[in-house]
Amino acid sequence: MVSPAQDVASHSWGMAVDIDRCIGCQACVVACQAENNLPINEEDHFHQARAFEWIRVERYWEGEFPNIKAHFIPILCQHCENAPCEPVCPVYATYHNDQGMNVQVYNRCVGTRYCANGCPYHVRFFNYWEPVWPESLRNQLNPDVTVRSRGVMEKCSFCIQRIRRGRIDARKEGRQVRDGEIQPACVQACPTNTLVFGDLNDPTSRVSKLRNDRRSYRLLNDTLRTEPNVYYLARVDTTEAEAAHG
Amino acid sequence: MQQHRELSEKQINTQLLNGALATPGWWKFAVIGLALIVLAGFATFGFMVNSGIGLTGKSRPVFWGALITTFVFWVGISHAGIMISAILRLTQAEWRRPVTRAAELLTVFSLITALTFPIIHAGRPWRIIYWIIPYDFSRGIWPNVRSPLVWDPAAIGTYLTGSILFLYVALLPDLGNLRDRTIGWRNTLYSVLSLGWRGNSRQWRLQTTAGILLSALMLPIFVSVHSIVSWDFAVTSGVEGWHSTIFAPYFVIGAVHSGVAAVVTMMALMRWLWKWDNFIRPEHFDALARLLIVVGTTWFAFTMIEILYSLYSLEAQELAFRDMQIFQWPWALLFVIFLITGFFIPVPAWFFKRVRNSIPLMFWTSISVNIGMWLERFLIIVPSLARKQPFVYTWGSYHPSLVEIMMILWSLAFVAMNMLLFARFFPLVPLFEQKESQVFSSKIKIGRASVPAVLREREQE
Repeated sequence: MVSPAQDVASHSWGMAVDIDRCIGCQACVVACQAENNLPINEEDHFHQARAFEWIRVERYWEGEFPNIKAHFIPILCQHCENAPCEPVCPVYATYHNDQGMNVQVYNRCVGTRYCANGCPYHVRFFNYWEPVWPESLRNQLNPDVTVRSRGVMEKCSFCIQRIRRGRIDARKEGRQVRDGEIQPACVQACPTNTLVFGDLNDPTSRVSKLRNDRRSYRLLNDTLRTEPNVYYLARVDTTEAEAAHG
Repeated sequence: MQQHRELSEKQINTQLLNGALATPGWWKFAVIGLALIVLAGFATFGFMVNSGIGLTGKSRPVFWGALITTFVFWVGISHAGIMISAILRLTQAEWRRPVTRAAELLTVFSLITALTFPIIHAGRPWRIIYWIIPYDFSRGIWPNVRSPLVWDPAAIGTYLTGSILFLYVALLPDLGNLRDRTIGWRNTLYSVLSLGWRGNSRQWRLQTTAGILLSALMLPIFVSVHSIVSWDFAVTSGVEGWHSTIFAPYFVIGAVHSGVAAVVTMMALMRWLWKWDNFIRPEHFDALARLLIVVGTTWFAFTMIEILYSLYSLEAQELAFRDMQIFQWPWALLFVIFLITGFFIPVPAWFFKRVRNSIPLMFWTSISVNIGMWLERFLIIVPSLARKQPFVYTWGSYHPSLVEIMMILWSLAFVAMNMLLFARFFPLVPLFEQKESQVFSSKIKIGRASVPAVLREREQE
């Protein structure tokens, strides 16, 4: 039997994003939307720049037609160890938990939006309006996830409800959580295995191995020292590599 | 420098108490007009609480906009009081006397107004009152003392408390004066408020000591308040345009610039509205304009240093932010208006004695300074957020919505209405200061020489 204390100390959740594999299909975006009860993004919301995308796929074009390349980079909350959003919150609505995650407590949030200003990754979303779902979608809401009210901040939670469930299941069976057992919705939906989720404290987990990959880097960490728990694996451009090495 | 026009104590009393005892006819209309705007503002706030922050022009990534700009603006204006009543008092600048109370009053009302803005702008204002102000021990969680948003209420609350005490101590002799000139409920009101003021020498000594002590105690606030407000921005390492070490002194000097300019505006209005030509005289405007030349130029130097230092690093996002702030429509236009109204019109104009001694010109130049200072904060807050980091996918822009503009108008009307209401019951120009100043400046002729009739205690030592 694993004691709760052991269990807590043993995890440090993290993610690896291999942008060499990303095809920009946005399956992760849709999966996240469905899993986490995000409000429906209507056209207006995009025009007002108030759309909710806990994970987004940024698309950058390189070159001129016809020699054009598209680059995709999925960006979600980086769950920084040195999160700029945390110290600025006056009410501890966002804080760092003992499993390496940056979590948001909706009930505490008063809506100063200071955290969103502090976040360099633009991954925090404010409920400018009370979220509404059409009648037909009422029953699709995930019962494990709170529906946020107007005036609070929200963001990617690494699907904390799934992490909780995975840990409870493992504890019931008296074992540790197995690598790959817990998958956030985006990871589960990704058809190319771009996203890998796991325990960074476990040196044998896939995410730990990817973290130590030569291609591994963290977003804006060189300039801001935010120490994110999301590791990106750089894209390798084969044509450029061939050009360089003959 | 001062020209003296001797007035008898009786003349001083009747002229300066005209606001409280012989209310001018326009007062009622002005207050009703302002009250309507204030009510409209409260209604707008209620509308916003009912519907959501979606009514503002904010978006992602511009989460702060005109409301926070106005918050910083009013904290800036509040520096009027500390500059005039504390620093000029300690440096014994005689010309401060007629404006001390009005400046202190402006401080009190602008701080109260400033404090409302973080609440107005919050997503759940009903919670901000519940969570931040009364520390809620039942949750087992204290407010986060690392957050500048917790430092703000502390700094502003200290300043507000100090200012109210200062205002009250200086009001005591005049309350006694009013008590002796009123009957009925007003007499009762003034009797209670004047705390048994009889004007004996012990009371005067205590009152003077309290004033000097409060001035000295409030000096650190002069540095702290706007430094802390500037740290709301400067601690945010993720926002290139905010993360600047120069912000604390830069904001303080900017606050003094706008605060002193606001005092000039107010003096011109007081002189015009209550016909206090004998008390608020061109030489007072002259002295303030000289002070403003120094303050304004220092502030302008800080502005230029800030831009220079930020460009020195040649970082991509810093350049993107400056490009938007200075060169892109409509920010470029705002930037030009900001430079012209904040510095290039008023400061060179004040070099001319004719401008310094002309009350209408001083009025308009001081208004111009505050337009510039509001734009300064706006241009720091919004473009910095709009060009936050190199994620061009989420760059944005912002324009204030009607609701936000209404709240800005509300704040102006709210401060003006409160000042007028105060002026209805209390003298805006301190009577005793006026009399004291006359006593200090009276001279005795001994042969050909003319010597001061009164020696100051400091000089006797």
